[in-house]
Amino acid sequence: MSGMLLEIENLHTHFLTRAGVVQAVNGVSFTLARGEILGLVGESGSGKTVTGFSILGLIDPPGRIVEGSVRLDGLELTSLDQEGLRQVRGKRISMVFQDPMMTLNPVLSIGEQMLLAVRAHERITRRAGLERAAAVLTRVGIPEAATRLSAYPHQFSGGMRQRVAIAIALLHRPEVIIADEPTTALDVSIQAQILHEVRELARESGTALIWISHDLATVSSLADRLIVMYAGRVVEQGPVAEVLSDPRHPYTDGLLASLPANARPGEVLRQIPGNTPSLLDLPEGCAFAPRCARASTICATAPQLTHSGPRSWRCHHPLGAGA
Amino acid sequence: MLGFVIGRCLQALVVMLVMSLVVFTGVYAIGNPLDILIPPEAPQDIREATIARFGLDRPIWEQYLYFLLNVLQGDFGRSFIYNMPVLTLILSRLPATLELALAAVLGATLIGVPLGIYAGYRPTSVAARLIMGLSILGFSVPTFWVGLILILAFAVSLGWLPAGGRGPTVLLFGVPWSFTSLEGLSHLLLPALNLSLFKLAMMIRLARAGTREIILTDTVKFARAAGISEATILRRHVLKLISIPIVTVFGLEFGSTLAFAVVTETIFSWPGLGKLIIDSITSLDRPVMVAYLILIAALFVTINLLVDISYAALDPRLRGGRGA
Ligand SMILES: Nc1ncnc2c1ncn2[C@@H]1O[C@H](COP(=O)(O)OP(=O)(O)O)[C@@H](O)[C@H]1O
Ligand SMILES: [Mg+2]
Repeated sequence: MSGMLLEIENLHTHFLTRAGVVQAVNGVSFTLARGEILGLVGESGSGKTVTGFSILGLIDPPGRIVEGSVRLDGLELTSLDQEGLRQVRGKRISMVFQDPMMTLNPVLSIGEQMLLAVRAHERITRRAGLERAAAVLTRVGIPEAATRLSAYPHQFSGGMRQRVAIAIALLHRPEVIIADEPTTALDVSIQAQILHEVRELARESGTALIWISHDLATVSSLADRLIVMYAGRVVEQGPVAEVLSDPRHPYTDGLLASLPANARPGEVLRQIPGNTPSLLDLPEGCAFAPRCARASTICATAPQLTHSGPRSWRCHHPLGAGA
Repeated sequence: MLGFVIGRCLQALVVMLVMSLVVFTGVYAIGNPLDILIPPEAPQDIREATIARFGLDRPIWEQYLYFLLNVLQGDFGRSFIYNMPVLTLILSRLPATLELALAAVLGATLIGVPLGIYAGYRPTSVAARLIMGLSILGFSVPTFWVGLILILAFAVSLGWLPAGGRGPTVLLFGVPWSFTSLEGLSHLLLPALNLSLFKLAMMIRLARAGTREIILTDTVKFARAAGISEATILRRHVLKLISIPIVTVFGLEFGSTLAFAVVTETIFSWPGLGKLIIDSITSLDRPVMVAYLILIAALFVTINLLVDISYAALDPRLRGGRGA
């Protein structure tokens, strides 16, 4: 696995709450190549956001990375100190959050906030910094960027705010951008636009992208490779086309079946029955078993990872060719 | 903005008018100044001359209207006791209280806010616990007691600082101040410290609560994700976001300290408004009481106006108008 830009290995992130230990991320491993676009999908609550924050060391107490490693080009991020992490954040790995209404500071002007982000990693005059900011705003499709620098977030629409957040993420041409459902909170008409733009920007600058979404349809139009998460674990991964056409894990299959595009006319959308399990005390075995039509007694034990070429899955009763 | 200011000024006028009415009737009810003005054994003609001179023989509404008319011409009447124009009397005491209140509130803010931010940022640290202990102390220990202890410790035992009085003053723009000389400052230090303890506790609490809340928001997390340092996040993001409640309390505390620094001013023999109003109450110096309370109302209204204006400066969302 050497030569990979980002290697995440056996990552465990837990929250020590009063009710008990929430095992939000529970042994996640995956890699990311330079310039690759990786889609990270799973239902809400499956640990996608926590995985993203864990990579950047942004887990606040009572959360903690209890085990595992995150290596960026060989640099172990989990053992970096505060300052070491700071130098990586925004410079080598950036992140765009889900809700653009909450991420920008309402009482600082756009220019001021971007300047802070520029100066986090560069000694630069105020003027040159603002010029840089305006240039990047123009790249993400904000018209009259130079004059908009003095505006405040409340004067922007949700889509515009998310563009500003994307611009901040792009400022230092990072090697990786983690985009955590950046279009979920936006109007449908703007979603596709932003999706397209971010892909172009990433391609242009050779930036690798981890695109997090609960919506398989969105991700599959964008990503090179898919990672499917369920209850804090990766249950399946592989190239997008293969995973979509020939899913191995029943959960992936269920997600696919629930897509509107896959429904036959007149048929009700097939939802996966049941709910996501509580992460407080996960069972030993497969967390999906209670909702799975293929489950048997063996599913009470944890399924091991099965590899096949560029694909892998974690299931006792996989579908398709491997079964 | 101009309309806002004019509206607030009209509002202020109404407040002051109501205040004057309430105060005038209230003060009228609490006692007869004649008992103090004139010795009981004074002959009847002197008695009557005095009554007539102060207009005390007229009905109350007539006295009030007469008073109001004079006020409109800038005349708040004459003090019974000091026998000088009330306005001159109050203005001569105002600078002392003004600098004491400002020193106390400013000191409490400049020290309390950073301490509070730290305590909110690292709530479980030993330093944060010490800071919170200090703030509980500031809330619970009575001011007069702290004042006496301060005098005992720093003036009597150690002899480092004067026990009371205002010390020499220096004229600045024709107004006497203490803070411009070292000697004056040494007189100012203890009473200001005494007054500021409660405000310090309040500022610590306020800054801590705001910081704890903001540090968990996506705004701070996003700033961290961009590689912005913790110090910059606290200085630029957090401080700016908690500034509105702090400015509010600053204004309220400044106003109430101006009006009610009585205890501290008495303990430290600080020749300010607090002492003046206490003296005027004990001697039933009606014009002083009335003018003082009306002026205090005016001060509160002014401070509130300034606070409201600074809201707009601090939070662009309150500015309204321009934008997309
Ligand atoms: N601060 C926290 N304290 C306790 N539990 C948390 C915290 N943050 C996240 N979790 C839990 O971690 C799980 C995964 O959350 P998240 O990564 O946000 O899911 P996703 O992004 O896939 O929707 C959720 O069940 C959530 O309850
Ligand atoms: Mg999420």
